[in-house]
Amino acid sequence: MYTQGLDQKDKHAASGQAIAESAEQLAAFQERIDAEEKIEAKDWMPEAYRRTLIRQISQHAHSEIIGMQPEGNWLTRAPSLKRKVILLAKIQDEAGHGLYLYAAAETLGVSRDQMVGDLLSGKAKYSSIFNYPTLTWADIGAIGWLVDGAAIMNQIPLCRCSFGPYARAMVRVCKEESFHQRQGFDILVTLSRGNDAQKAMMQDAFDRWWWPSLMMFGPSDTDSKHSAQSMAWKIKRISNDELRQKFVDATVPQAEFLGLKVPDEDLRLNAKTGHYEFGEIDWQEFLDVIAGNGPCNKQRLAKRQKAHADGAWVREAAQAYASKQAARAAA
Amino acid sequence: MSKQEWPLYEVFIRSRAGLSHRHAGSVHAADDQMALDNARDTYTRRSEGISIWVVPSARIVASDPAETAAFFDPAEDKIYRHPTFYEVPDGVDNL
Repeated sequence: MYTQGLDQKDKHAASGQAIAESAEQLAAFQERIDAEEKIEAKDWMPEAYRRTLIRQISQHAHSEIIGMQPEGNWLTRAPSLKRKVILLAKIQDEAGHGLYLYAAAETLGVSRDQMVGDLLSGKAKYSSIFNYPTLTWADIGAIGWLVDGAAIMNQIPLCRCSFGPYARAMVRVCKEESFHQRQGFDILVTLSRGNDAQKAMMQDAFDRWWWPSLMMFGPSDTDSKHSAQSMAWKIKRISNDELRQKFVDATVPQAEFLGLKVPDEDLRLNAKTGHYEFGEIDWQEFLDVIAGNGPCNKQRLAKRQKAHADGAWVREAAQAYASKQAARAAA
Repeated sequence: MSKQEWPLYEVFIRSRAGLSHRHAGSVHAADDQMALDNARDTYTRRSEGISIWVVPSARIVASDPAETAAFFDPAEDKIYRHPTFYEVPDGVDNL
């Protein structure tokens, strides 16, 4: 799973908040980055670098947490016990990824409560992709193959990100994502060998997930000017369009293997470049989903709020038990 | 013999930026600052590190070796968590 957090403007930076950072400090910091040194949590860093990372890592974490919902929708209806335990394991991984990432963000001085609060209040963003519904079992295959495939494309360069705790969390996440993508493809391979109805179900899922998956890489490079700073800081290593191209090049042959037709009339292989050319993304749809008006935004947030509220008594009970044990030990 | 033994601290060292701290060993010290100094003198005399964490050993909560089998058992039979569990058909690349 992945975040589009890098492509949003830093509000504080825009408001021109006064921070005492000398030109020497900034230059020395950039020198470290340019020398491929990793920045660790207690090192000096520009406030804007810290805030950019807090925003990106927390949004990445939120995406993992919200990302459990579309798949969770099919847990009780998985077609076999085998598929069910696999899906359960995958969703459990997403929760784990969220936790690795929240922990990495906390090293930058933001509290877990603050981040969770921002998600629940709707203030924080998460990846646009999780605001689409999972209508059939084939959607679970499509998510693993396409959504996790796109996430892997995005996350592999993040393993070399300049901020040590984020890079280390990404190494762990990437190792686990490989299983996610394969289980999704495995579901589709099975459907591709099935009857006409199953093949049609797979094509329908592909038609609905293809374009939103391409949107996961964020705005096109020409519209994503504020990611230049993230590139200079080596938080981001490869541009949105480059990653999107890599994804299309890797995925189209896989779609052909499954007997799928890519829902893009403009798609064709450029023999000279060896790359696939593809049609224009519906950026208005992307902006609408990011702005909160996707098919499932309200449902996703409401469900997370309810889950958090429903869990309140568990957190309180654990705290009460711990306090009682401590009091007994002290007596 | 001292009246009270100095507490034990576990020492974790980051050898260079980008790597996580790794357990190196332990030291005795009367307080936190002394623990840091002792850890530096004991474990980084040859520039083995650029950052040290010391943690009072008493504060480390460890799993029980006698319970290892039962404790880690839940992960044993979930081979489907590994990518190798899934057969990738011939002719499919980049997966």
